[in-house]
Amino acid sequence: MLPYSWLIPALPLLSFVLIVFFLIRSNKASSYTSIAAILGSLALSVAVLAEVLGNPQPQEFAINWIFMESFKLPMVMYIDPLTAVMVVMVSLVASLIQIYSLGYMHGDPRFARYYAYMSLFAFSMLGLVVAGSFFTMFIFWELVGLTSYLLIGFWFEKKIASDAGKKAFITTKIGDFGFLIGLLVMFFAAGTLNMAEIFDKVHHHEIALGTITAAGLLMFCGAIGKSAQFPLHVWLPDAMEGPTPVSALIHAATMVAAGVYLTARLMPLVITSHTMAMVVAIIGAFTALMAASIGLVQNDIKRVLAYSTISQLGYMILALGMGGYTAGTFHLMTHACFKALLFLGAGSVIHAVHTNDIQEMGGLGRKMKTTAATFFIASFSIAGIFPLSGFWSKDEIFAVAWEGGHYILLVVAVLAAFMTAFYMFRLCFMVFTGKPRDQEKYDHARESPKNMTIPLVILAFLSITVGWVGIPWLKHGYGSFVFFEHPHHVAPNYILMVISTIVALSGIYLAYLMYYKGSISPVKMAERFKRIYRVLFNKYYFDELYMATIIEPTYRLTEKLYKFDLGVIDWLVNFFGDFTVFLSWIQERFDTYVVDGAVNGLGYTIRAFGGGLRRIQTGQLQNYAFVIFLGLVVFILLRFL
Amino acid sequence: MTLYHYLILSAILFVIGMYGLLTRRNAVGVLMSIELMFNAANINFVAFSKFITPNEFIGQIFSIFVITIAAAEAAVGLAIVLLIYRNYKGIEVDNINFMKW
Amino acid sequence: MDFPILTYMTFIPLLGMIVVMFTRKESVQLIRWESAFFSFIPLVLSIVMLAKYNGSVPDFQFIEQHEWIPSIGISYFMGADGISVPMLFLTALLSFVSIVASFNIQERVKEYFAFFLLLETGMMGVFCALDFFLFYVFWEVMLVPMYFLIGVWGGPRKEYAAIKFFLYTLFGSVFMLVGILVLYFAVEPHTLNMLTLIEYNSTYTHAFQIVLFPLFFIAFAIKVPMWPFHTWLPDAHVEAPTAVSVILAGILLKMGLYGLLRIGYPMFPEAAVYYAIPIGVIAVIGIVYGALVSMAQKDLKKLVAYSSVSHMGFCVLGLAALSVTGFAGCVFQMFSHGCLTGAMFLLVGILYDRAHTREIAAFGGLGVKLPLYTGIFTLFAMGSLGLPGLSGFVSEFMIFIGAFGSSFVPTWMVVLAVLGVVLTAGYILRMVQRIFLGPFNTKWEGLTEINGREIFTLVPLGILTILVGVYPKPLVDIISATLENLIRVMGM
Repeated sequence: MLPYSWLIPALPLLSFVLIVFFLIRSNKASSYTSIAAILGSLALSVAVLAEVLGNPQPQEFAINWIFMESFKLPMVMYIDPLTAVMVVMVSLVASLIQIYSLGYMHGDPRFARYYAYMSLFAFSMLGLVVAGSFFTMFIFWELVGLTSYLLIGFWFEKKIASDAGKKAFITTKIGDFGFLIGLLVMFFAAGTLNMAEIFDKVHHHEIALGTITAAGLLMFCGAIGKSAQFPLHVWLPDAMEGPTPVSALIHAATMVAAGVYLTARLMPLVITSHTMAMVVAIIGAFTALMAASIGLVQNDIKRVLAYSTISQLGYMILALGMGGYTAGTFHLMTHACFKALLFLGAGSVIHAVHTNDIQEMGGLGRKMKTTAATFFIASFSIAGIFPLSGFWSKDEIFAVAWEGGHYILLVVAVLAAFMTAFYMFRLCFMVFTGKPRDQEKYDHARESPKNMTIPLVILAFLSITVGWVGIPWLKHGYGSFVFFEHPHHVAPNYILMVISTIVALSGIYLAYLMYYKGSISPVKMAERFKRIYRVLFNKYYFDELYMATIIEPTYRLTEKLYKFDLGVIDWLVNFFGDFTVFLSWIQERFDTYVVDGAVNGLGYTIRAFGGGLRRIQTGQLQNYAFVIFLGLVVFILLRFL
Repeated sequence: MTLYHYLILSAILFVIGMYGLLTRRNAVGVLMSIELMFNAANINFVAFSKFITPNEFIGQIFSIFVITIAAAEAAVGLAIVLLIYRNYKGIEVDNINFMKW
Repeated sequence: MDFPILTYMTFIPLLGMIVVMFTRKESVQLIRWESAFFSFIPLVLSIVMLAKYNGSVPDFQFIEQHEWIPSIGISYFMGADGISVPMLFLTALLSFVSIVASFNIQERVKEYFAFFLLLETGMMGVFCALDFFLFYVFWEVMLVPMYFLIGVWGGPRKEYAAIKFFLYTLFGSVFMLVGILVLYFAVEPHTLNMLTLIEYNSTYTHAFQIVLFPLFFIAFAIKVPMWPFHTWLPDAHVEAPTAVSVILAGILLKMGLYGLLRIGYPMFPEAAVYYAIPIGVIAVIGIVYGALVSMAQKDLKKLVAYSSVSHMGFCVLGLAALSVTGFAGCVFQMFSHGCLTGAMFLLVGILYDRAHTREIAAFGGLGVKLPLYTGIFTLFAMGSLGLPGLSGFVSEFMIFIGAFGSSFVPTWMVVLAVLGVVLTAGYILRMVQRIFLGPFNTKWEGLTEINGREIFTLVPLGILTILVGVYPKPLVDIISATLENLIRVMGM
């Protein structure tokens, strides 16, 4: 089965091609084709997972792509337990979201195109996951960027959406700038970009430590961009302009996790280079805290979730930076389930009330029972309440920090967990409980159709249970399947479990007091910490900062350079031309008056002589005869004189 | 009657012919003057022949040739004059300068 | 001696030109189909050539050699290797595509197509010629029709643009002529046979090389065009009619690089090493500068023109690397840029034909009205920003690998070049957004969707772009042996 794993991404590609060339006019056919393809991929993925579970030995398959005497670049596929888990996760979430989209995107004029893009995304993402060389990965990495761009700007008539798409593409491209240079460094350090070979070389210390750090950090830049880590996180909240299922699939569950996946793949480098590990961990921790703090005060339901995503991705990066391969990837998996659920729930709400602003919602729980219930489940899960998925994975991360002795990072992580619990339940209470704030919207709201709620229920089930594979008491759990170097067995750490539960519960309780009971007024709190509130509300002014320091100066530079081009380079060229024309003008004068003057002058002189002489020719024969006679006389006289 | 007498006669005739050639306005007159000059030449031929080589008749033969030529010349000349008269309504040589540049 | 395929490819368009000239001026339709026919035959022949070309050996193939002016060693010498074969194919393809795209030319149709076919002969000849004299003749033959095509059928400032183009190029080729003459007289045996001259490259002294190389370099740099000789390009492109822009960007720009690969580098390897850093600097300036200036453009066609400056910079960087990978990247980029930019100009022309403006700011939201056009445009735009899966990425990546691994190019240059890729993404996306996305500008309610003939011209380019991007192996197989050999000849 494994050599045919390339079929997993190939099926959605086939569906993309079919839709674009043949089915674009038929909504039904294209959506069913796309869903059939992704379900096929899901089935294959499960088969692959089953096989890998039986034999977890990593396997590599390569074909020649560029093959020259002095330069070879193959396309490689690499299947190990992480890949197997990821393909299942990606194709599962993608299938559910594509089914959900049947209802959500119903009636959209570009419905077929939406499914084409979705298929293209599934192809790229699955390709990224099975890629076995960093080069192959980079190719798919860019392709998911493209689909992200296309889908964020799906409703491109809205300027804000097309702006967001562009921003996402370019911001991640900046990260890829580092990634690409990292690839080059790595290629010349290791002579290959195949993961297995690189890991082997790193393992045997065949590459200098400095090179490893440099290459690793440069490649990590790609992860920073894609996983929206500080300082390139600014694109993800804007990306919420895309359709909500897209946000769920791409900007919460799968694509943004690609950065985490890449970091996980870079694990041998992280382990080897302490500097790199530290940078990765600090960036992760900082992002987790920063994004969570911004999430506290946002009012757009999807943006809150977006900041939550950034924060959770920071968590995973933090875990990986501390060497927690199992913990990071485990959290990646559980997060995909509950975050997709949260987004789909949010989508269901938006579908009902046609607004993103939570200040216009309220009391919707009474009308949308399934949505509310699943949303609460997901919120409990992300907050880390026993025994839901989030609890186990988050606990694992805490455990890694604890074991590694990274106490500061642990504190940061716990703090972020507190904030997460708070803002998630702020959201829940404001949206689903209390009195409706906008009566008209409330009256029109109703529960979403079945094809939307069923995926919610499935995801809710997963949000509860997926984490159970990683329960520390389990002997053959997640840690003994997906691990780096040694099977990961953490002894259950009861103190941490208790702490994390208390933190989560206190966050929830605070939100309960503020937004349910109203015993602490949020408005007063905002007044009290006005300055902090404003900074948080404006997202630490990152957008403004980048606008002022990078984007505006670049535009100004382009204008200046264009002026330079016209004013200096082209001016020189034209000057050269004009100068030549001027020279030729002088030449022409010289020619006219001096050279031509001389030639014509000679002509004129001769002509003037001729004009005089011709008068002799009278035509009178008698004159001629007289002259002859005279001449004769003269000759005779001369003869005798 | 010596050779000189003949020569002087011929010289006078020649000069008269020359004068006529240069001064006559009438083309026929010009032709007649030329005829005079021919005859002056003939006189010279005959005279020299008579006094210098009396036994031979070379000079006389030359004169006969000249007379023949003169006749032919007069015929052609008169024909030209006649044509000029027809085309230019006159035979004044002053007017016949159409050959100048 | 088998079928002289190169001669046929070169001179069939000339035959076509004669036929067109003997056609009545009024039978416009007939002239169009004749031209299409006579440019289609070379296309077919070039496909045959691709199929018959043996990529496993570096030798010249399809060689034809006849004495021409033996007293001074000039011969009619043609042949093709891995560098010229893809270029010949591209020339044949783009010429055919351009001629089909020119069917909407209305005025002085007969002269237009006659010039176009003559231009094709010139271009084909340049890529086939292996004798300096022949090469130079074709090089100049190409200029004249180009001059008239811009100067007669161009836009408002056509005279200025045509003269600028002509003089600039002529200025360069005079240097080349001097170079050729010096080579002829300085090298024993006196010959104009390029291959012989390359064979003797080890006998040229260092000083001789570093003096002579710039003569050729200037000629080729103007043609590429490299910064700072690029300013004729935007003017020529903006004024030229669509199909001429396609040829200009697709083929003529490649001739400079082809010249360097065929003449400059193998004949003067020491000079190539000596000048590697300056050339690299020029390349990197071209990349970054071209990208930044593109971003400032308000005219769509000018934007594409400046983007060519940037993309050609990548090629030059690949050359400066002096490695097989770099050279291969350069040839890939030549091929890929020919397809991508050719298509971009076709697309710009299609829009211009309908809207009669190229002002980017005048559009907006066309994606709603013209979904098919938008899709095709986006495909090529993504190709030129170097999206994997399309040809631009392969070439750029190979150039980066080549330059990064090269001991002649410092690392910072590569970093700047990669930065150029980010800038490219910036201006391409900005352009796409301002034309196709955002609220629909109702002024363009009357625009019609791209028609069948136009799609027909774009399809082959699209297929090639995707094919090379997804599966570069066929192209690699054609070029690799030749380039490996080139590096050997240069003594690297």
